[in-house]
Amino acid sequence: MQLVLEKRAERSNTIALVSPLIAIGLTIVTMTILFAILGKNPLLALHAYFIAPLTDGYSLQEIAVKATPLVMIAIGLSLCYLANAWNIGAEGQFLIGAVAGSWIAVKTQGTDAGVWVLPAMFVLAAAAGALYALIPAICKVKFGASEILTSLMLVYVADLFLDYLVRGPWRDPHGFNFPTTAEFDPVATVPLLIEGGRLHLGSIIALLVVAGAAILLGRTIKGFEIRVVGAAPRAARFGGFNANQLIILTFAVSGALAGLAGIIEVAGPVGHLQPGISPGYGFTAIIVAFLGRLNPLGILIAGLFLALTFIGGEQAQIAMKIPLDVTKVFQGILLFYVLACDSLILYRFKLVFPNRQVASGTH
Amino acid sequence: MQAHQRMLDPTPNGLHSGESPLLQTLGLTKRYGDFLANDSIDIDIWPNEIHALLGENGAGKSTLVKAIYGLIQPSAGEIRWQGQPIVLSGPSEARSRGIGMVFQHFSLFDNLTVAENVALGLDGKESFKDMSARLEQVSKTYGLPLDPKREVWQLSVGERQRIEIVRALMQDPKFLILDEPTAVLTPQEADQLFIVLERLKAEGRAILYISHKLEEVKRLCDTATILRGGKKVDTCNPRLETAASLARMMVGGEIKEVKAAAGRKTTVPRLVVNDLSLAPGEAHGVRLEHISFELKGGEILGIAGVAGNGQDELFAALSGERLSKDPGTVVIEGIAAGHLSITQRRKLGAAFVPEERLGHGTAPRMKLSENALLTGHAASGMVHHGFIDTAATLKTVDRATETFDVRKAKRDPEAASLSGGNLQKFIVGREILRNPAVLVVSQPTWGVDAGAAAVIRQALLDLATAGAAVLVTSQDLDELAEIADRIAVMFHGHLSAPLATADASREKLGLLMGGSSLDTKEAAHAVGA
Repeated sequence: MQLVLEKRAERSNTIALVSPLIAIGLTIVTMTILFAILGKNPLLALHAYFIAPLTDGYSLQEIAVKATPLVMIAIGLSLCYLANAWNIGAEGQFLIGAVAGSWIAVKTQGTDAGVWVLPAMFVLAAAAGALYALIPAICKVKFGASEILTSLMLVYVADLFLDYLVRGPWRDPHGFNFPTTAEFDPVATVPLLIEGGRLHLGSIIALLVVAGAAILLGRTIKGFEIRVVGAAPRAARFGGFNANQLIILTFAVSGALAGLAGIIEVAGPVGHLQPGISPGYGFTAIIVAFLGRLNPLGILIAGLFLALTFIGGEQAQIAMKIPLDVTKVFQGILLFYVLACDSLILYRFKLVFPNRQVASGTH
Repeated sequence: MQAHQRMLDPTPNGLHSGESPLLQTLGLTKRYGDFLANDSIDIDIWPNEIHALLGENGAGKSTLVKAIYGLIQPSAGEIRWQGQPIVLSGPSEARSRGIGMVFQHFSLFDNLTVAENVALGLDGKESFKDMSARLEQVSKTYGLPLDPKREVWQLSVGERQRIEIVRALMQDPKFLILDEPTAVLTPQEADQLFIVLERLKAEGRAILYISHKLEEVKRLCDTATILRGGKKVDTCNPRLETAASLARMMVGGEIKEVKAAAGRKTTVPRLVVNDLSLAPGEAHGVRLEHISFELKGGEILGIAGVAGNGQDELFAALSGERLSKDPGTVVIEGIAAGHLSITQRRKLGAAFVPEERLGHGTAPRMKLSENALLTGHAASGMVHHGFIDTAATLKTVDRATETFDVRKAKRDPEAASLSGGNLQKFIVGREILRNPAVLVVSQPTWGVDAGAAAVIRQALLDLATAGAAVLVTSQDLDELAEIADRIAVMFHGHLSAPLATADASREKLGLLMGGSSLDTKEAAHAVGA
């Protein structure tokens, strides 16, 4: 008897939907073992991770707040990945967007600048994120440089640039030497949706981005172009679609969305520019994009789920002294299982009972 | 058991009584999932025999020989070698027992020399020098001249095949399998190969010869086993059969005759190529050299030639997948189009069907409706203000299905789930339904079952009758003879002047395919000859 992986005649849509759930299930099993090894009660830990955050209003709002940048970035990344363009540097584009938008907030600080400030910050942040993403895209198209490496390396450039600004020229003179800008003025702050709560306008923008991407990919010729360039490059060229143009386009859109997410985070929940504004949103969004099957609606759900792990991780740390790094372990294991389960979309397991002795097959 | 087998073995001349076959399969079955690629196949192969394995694409020929060569394990059944049951762990065990195989697709490294390629394919431990000497000796003995020091990329397809044959012969096989060896040869090169095969047979070896060229099989083979749908239909003496009776056994019914409409008139030139030269796009590609021809409405021009002589490059230059700096080199419907993209050329009324169905003509994992959109987005009203009209794309699928009898499991399946013939009918249908003024089609019936091939050839003829200009590139001379009005030959990036089909004998075309009239024949032929 042997277990073989057998190619399906046609991709299984059922498995395409169920595979993320299988992956989550396997991750939870693995985490249970991990918690047990750490000497924690697995049931209590899982409760702290997945149930407790869903039981009070504050945590629910916080999940939406954390999901906002994840979803916005992941939508952009999904366009890249569908078109076979591997943008790994969303974290850097997020930071550059935050810096560029903050520039307006810092320069208008204490002036009586009007309501144009916040929209201008959004536009500048998106433009900066897009331009920053175009660096690896253009290097790829013009020189054949691996966009995976260049986009990833630019993350560290952006990170250190932000660090320099808040420790140097933009540091709040009244900030007791902390590396941070002054709190943004109200006109430079993302408005809250609920008075005294955490939920802000950014979540609405994220929902609009999801809807926009769903229409783009499902209904328009541009979306078709993105999908076909990634799925069958030679057929795409035969269809008259230019893969290089799409690398440029998807990187720009993805960079713009990451930049916009950056300024929304800074001008929203954080309120000022400082190092460590992102707990790795740009990298976690890669997991969100794949967990969500590179599908806008899937990404919305996956974004909420990953946000839950951030909040749950904090709660588990407070309640059970489980290190916060376990959250990252969790996310890594999850990505691993998602990619593994994806092979079941095109393949299926089958038990084979050979009716005679043969040497193990090469097929 | 043995007696029963003898009854099943209608060896034509009854010479083999009293001995056991060299190789025998008993009830050989190979299952892929629910699909039976080989269903209980019995075949006996005797020494001093050229045994044809006939069948359409998908009949199970490749599966059977892969099992005999140890590349796959049968799901059930037995292989006997010189009377003894054997289980082959892999091709190297098959080779060590004396089974050799020459594949249709060569496994050669372009940047290595002939000798290096042969050395890589051998299991033995002899020194490179000894091996090279033996290579020269074997190639001389069998009249298969090769220069061991030349790099493979410089060689013609026929010469590359010689490397594979010599490599197989260097292991002194008792049994040699050849998979469609003449598909890539000119008629003259095929004749030379037949001399070699006759000689191998006279030496007491057995040959399993896979082909679907019936005249060839009748001429060369002593026995023929016919497969259809994974089952053995019959074993017979092909010399006592007619091509038509063999075809009936392969197809399981009569094949529709393709008919050209009487009184087809040629009209204005719709596709004109003027002195088109183009550097190759990739390493070891073929440079197009001063290609010129004129194709009128109502006319079918055939382009013959051995694969790899610039046909792919010509297709890319005509379709606009590769652009020419000079707009005047390609003129579609009177408009200089050499610099225009494939989309712009489609808008001028041109349509294209590439050789590769999956991955070039279609995106394999996308639905047929999306694959209709792939080439229809430019000029078929499937897109309004950037939005896709899904109903229009589905309508194209339905019309192609109806007009060209595309068989599929559901209304809108993925392209990859269709059989080769049905997918090709869909692709050709997709383009013809756009009413093109010019259709450029490459290998229209390559790897397609006979029924689908007839439908496709008829569609091309009907399109020309309706006034379109049709350019067909094919390696199948019979196909070109059947549908083309004129035939030109590609060799080393040059295109010969077209011959009227009635005037284009196999001999003439064969000479042109070998480059004879162009006087650029490679000097390597002289080595060892």
